[in-house]
Amino acid sequence: MDKFTQLKAIVAPMDRPNVDTDAIIPKQFLKSIKRSGFGPNLFDEWRYLDHGEPGMDNSQRPINQDFVLNLPRYKGAEILIARENFGCGSSREHAPWALLDYGFRVIIAPSFADIFYNNSFKNGILLIKLDAEVVDQLFKDVAVEDGYELDVNLAEQTITKADGAVIKFDIDEFRKHRLLNGLDDIGLTLQHVDDIKAYEQKRSAQAPWLFV
Amino acid sequence: MPGKTLYDKLWDAHVVRDNGDGTALLYIDRHLVHEVTSPQAFEGLRMAGRKPWRVNANLAVPDHNVPTTDRSKGIEDAVSRIQVETLDSNCSEFGITEFKMDDIRQGIVHVIGPEQGATLPGMTVVCGDSHTSTHGAFGALAHGIGTSEVEHVLATQCLVQKKSNTMLVSVDGKVGPGVTAKDIVLAIIGEIGTAGGTGYAIEFGGEAIRDLSIEGRMTVCNMAIEAGARAGMVAVDDKTIEYVKGRPYAPTAEQWDAAVKEWNELHSDADAKFDTVVHLDAASIQPQVTWGTSPEMVVPVGAKVPDPAGESDAVKSDGMQKALAYMGLTANTPISEIKVDKVFIGSCTNSRIEDIREAAAVAKGRKVADNIKLAMVVPGSGLVKQQAEAEGLDKILLEAGFEWREPGCSMCLAMNADRLEPGERCASTSNRNFEGRQGQGGRTHLVSPAMAAAAAVAGHFVDVRTI
Ligand code: SF4
Repeated sequence: MDKFTQLKAIVAPMDRPNVDTDAIIPKQFLKSIKRSGFGPNLFDEWRYLDHGEPGMDNSQRPINQDFVLNLPRYKGAEILIARENFGCGSSREHAPWALLDYGFRVIIAPSFADIFYNNSFKNGILLIKLDAEVVDQLFKDVAVEDGYELDVNLAEQTITKADGAVIKFDIDEFRKHRLLNGLDDIGLTLQHVDDIKAYEQKRSAQAPWLFV
Repeated sequence: MPGKTLYDKLWDAHVVRDNGDGTALLYIDRHLVHEVTSPQAFEGLRMAGRKPWRVNANLAVPDHNVPTTDRSKGIEDAVSRIQVETLDSNCSEFGITEFKMDDIRQGIVHVIGPEQGATLPGMTVVCGDSHTSTHGAFGALAHGIGTSEVEHVLATQCLVQKKSNTMLVSVDGKVGPGVTAKDIVLAIIGEIGTAGGTGYAIEFGGEAIRDLSIEGRMTVCNMAIEAGARAGMVAVDDKTIEYVKGRPYAPTAEQWDAAVKEWNELHSDADAKFDTVVHLDAASIQPQVTWGTSPEMVVPVGAKVPDPAGESDAVKSDGMQKALAYMGLTANTPISEIKVDKVFIGSCTNSRIEDIREAAAVAKGRKVADNIKLAMVVPGSGLVKQQAEAEGLDKILLEAGFEWREPGCSMCLAMNADRLEPGERCASTSNRNFEGRQGQGGRTHLVSPAMAAAAAVAGHFVDVRTI
């Protein structure tokens, strides 16, 4: 996983609540057995006018000019602002893979679905929860200013606006630590092999039916 | 000290170590695997030169991509076929038990786990699938995980977890006749919203939940995720133990007795404190129909499609407008005037034997209406199918004009050939009515099996209690 420390980048708005993982990456793309290459199909049903299937040449497909990420002003955006319950629905990790592959490293919303929240951090995407009013103000800011940027600093837990105004955010200490250092969870857990074995020994004596 | 909730008990029994940073290493007893969310995890394992930590803790089955029609010719869609073959080869390489496509035990992962007794009370159960919450019906701690966590569980038999808050949803009193587990859970989601359970593990309790069969409890726990909660659970009682008894993976002899003793403790203590408690009055729950593109957009069958003009929250009202446009509905239309094109009875929410019995009871002696292009029943597993056929339910359904298919996820998410065409409207017993879920442009209304069967014979939604 890539570490995340600081990012100053263009912001794109996704102005609807309950954006689900089916919308983020439709199911036909889940048939891939790879981890990469999902970016061109991010929000596929909203982004293109035709029906997307794996293996298509996406550069030849008709674009939905009205879809927000297709507007020239949001080209190159790496920060996404969203509404309540972003990432709800299926547990597919293809959703954060697609967002990351497209170029998003930070998503800001009033709330996220639990599994999506977890999956995103495991892939080096920083999710920031802010009060709904604060997010709403960001939506207003983005709307009026072309090329609107934010500067996100994880160590400081701050978002700095172009005019110097600073928004503080909260984050779990363990997530922050892992993200700042790009740590691999499996490697960390395998440092505790003895604890796992001790647990298994104790538990299999109490509940042997769990260990057949 | 106050007593423990069921969630506390399950959590405490599985802590391998406290990481000291707000997380714990939690031991996983059962890992269920399917073809969609596992290939990248196996690939990761291979690349790191790792082996599964405890191979017998895993049980695999292909379900999302399998055809529900004749399987003798294999899977026609090349991409789907590769995914299923990848699962087959990964399982044989790592020595994991798999119920392959032609195995009578094959079926939807959340149906076969309990059916085999591979899901037991007191277990931690995970799967790379959000509806893993289903298994909480057994007094187990069960939740969905992403592919990175699938790899983590394969490699370490553990997960790094932060403890959830606890919520009790108590459905008090008795439901009226014709009101099912599906209606109860849709009513709960309508009440607390799709994000209402975010950050919580929900315990479902109260008389109406205790009255449910184990199948019904699975239906309720299945949709905990639709209320935002990763895990839903129900306390163990005699019904739970009766259900588990004699299943292939269940303990026997002295181990059975020891297990039952432990399982009888799997309920919240009388003085346990929950972070949040929600009460619903069972008697007021009516058969439910969703009208929008989120499961919280739900009303009783006797109601009308809600009007966004009546919603004061601007973001919500806008969301309602978008949903109505997508669903091709006008505000204030009575639900019973909405015509249906297709009917789908199946999915991990409602494809167990009871669900099929419910549907068949409505279909018996009736005919699918002329305007219905397709009404299909997809049993949750090969064994459910066998049981239904032994009871003659397939005949009743076929006679009425339903199609009777092979087991799998099918049109719940339309990864195989079963799907809606743009604009088609479906009465579906599945769990998600998201845009495009059952096929691009498809319009899904979530209902119980009885309500779906009733819509099939009427051609439009109808209160099943009145036919
Ligand atoms: S039946 Fe539907 S919800 Fe259940 S596991 Fe299959 S695709 Fe997921």
